[in-house]
Amino acid sequence: MKIVIINYGAGNIQSIKFAIERLGFEAVLSNDWTEIKAADRVIFPGVGEASFAMKMLIDSGLDVLIPTLKQPVLGICLGMQLMCNKSEEGNTTGLGIFDVDVIKFTPKVKVPQMGWNQIYNLKSDLFNGISENEYMYLVHSFYAPNCPEAIAKTDYEVEYASALQKDNFYGTQFHPEKSGDIGEQILANFLKLKD
Amino acid sequence: MLTKRIIPCLDIKNGRTVKGVNFVDLRDAGDPVELAKIYSDEGADELVFLDISATEERRKTLVDLVRKVASTINIPFTVGGGISSVKDVEVLLQNGADKVSINSSAVKNPQLINDLAQKFGSQCVVVAIDAKQIDGQWIVHLVGGKVPTELNLFDWAKEVEERGAGEILFTSMDNDGTKNGFANEALARLSELVNIPIIASGGAGNIQHFVDTFLDGKADAALAASVFHFKEIEIKTLKIALKNNNIEVRI
Repeated sequence: MKIVIINYGAGNIQSIKFAIERLGFEAVLSNDWTEIKAADRVIFPGVGEASFAMKMLIDSGLDVLIPTLKQPVLGICLGMQLMCNKSEEGNTTGLGIFDVDVIKFTPKVKVPQMGWNQIYNLKSDLFNGISENEYMYLVHSFYAPNCPEAIAKTDYEVEYASALQKDNFYGTQFHPEKSGDIGEQILANFLKLKD
Repeated sequence: MLTKRIIPCLDIKNGRTVKGVNFVDLRDAGDPVELAKIYSDEGADELVFLDISATEERRKTLVDLVRKVASTINIPFTVGGGISSVKDVEVLLQNGADKVSINSSAVKNPQLINDLAQKFGSQCVVVAIDAKQIDGQWIVHLVGGKVPTELNLFDWAKEVEERGAGEILFTSMDNDGTKNGFANEALARLSELVNIPIIASGGAGNIQHFVDTFLDGKADAALAASVFHFKEIEIKTLKIALKNNNIEVRI
């Protein structure tokens, strides 16, 4: 299986590569159109600030490519947020794959949310064999509100969408590569999805 | 619910884990990668690696160690010690660190916090603050607690939050190594003052100290070293005790 991690200069992608390796697969870091299009699985990571990351995507032309991909694509953390319509962070226009606008937690709670929180209402093959209310690792100040494309929910200030799916596009606000053995199982599920 | 976090801290010198009592008189407590794996398997929520010799000796943090840890464990970890530039941080993040912790360099060059938050996001910027009480005032100290500054703990905490820190790691030098409990009064004040997570550090000696720092100190996470390294407290036992005190934890 050919797995590509989109490398556009955003954050800690080495951890995802290591996690894939622990599952017994190899992943290639790439920003090359041909290589990304030919992959069986595409992982779209992202850590950092939304407008800055989006600018890097646009500079490499990947903003045009990603929405046209046909194989399973997994956006993680900021990657998931950039797949939404827009983000309040830096007033950023996203890729418009998920029909939801990303907004910020209010000061009623500590921001960023940092640590382990539960996911529930799991609704996708991505969560095959995963029990309700397992803990995932999250670090974020902005979130996708609950919406029809939510395939997992989490409570922090409000009930929000901690994972999204539309067709072949998947997104997780949590970091499966940093969420212990359960997180690794979710990554393994993503690799096992039927095309 | 978001859980409280238990964070073993691995102080690193020459590639080995060490823990000093009041930061002097170091003892060897094992291989960092092996320890990291054990803690991860036992249910630690995060790990912190502090290259404690780095600030004094101007050494850069051990990139090889970061890679080994990142390839071995599947929970987040923070790296600190001797980090003084955007470039330092870039190298560590590229090699698998999730967050970096800055201390002296932030005091000397506060703009570094802004630069790191802007380039990498607040979520990976932990500002570590060492402080002790002098004439009833909490004063920030540098170089492993040896050098006092002019800064007041609470003023500095507010400033680092405003500059974009994602988290504060507060070590009370008065409590560190004493095993008499965390500085809960100062911690609670910090937690109410700023709206970013606070990691309590310094003073862990028994399970009740952790209960107290979450309930009285309002800490979001608690960090300790020797009680874990020398197996005085098992993480699993600790978490069950916390849960029995109605403190949300990941078990």
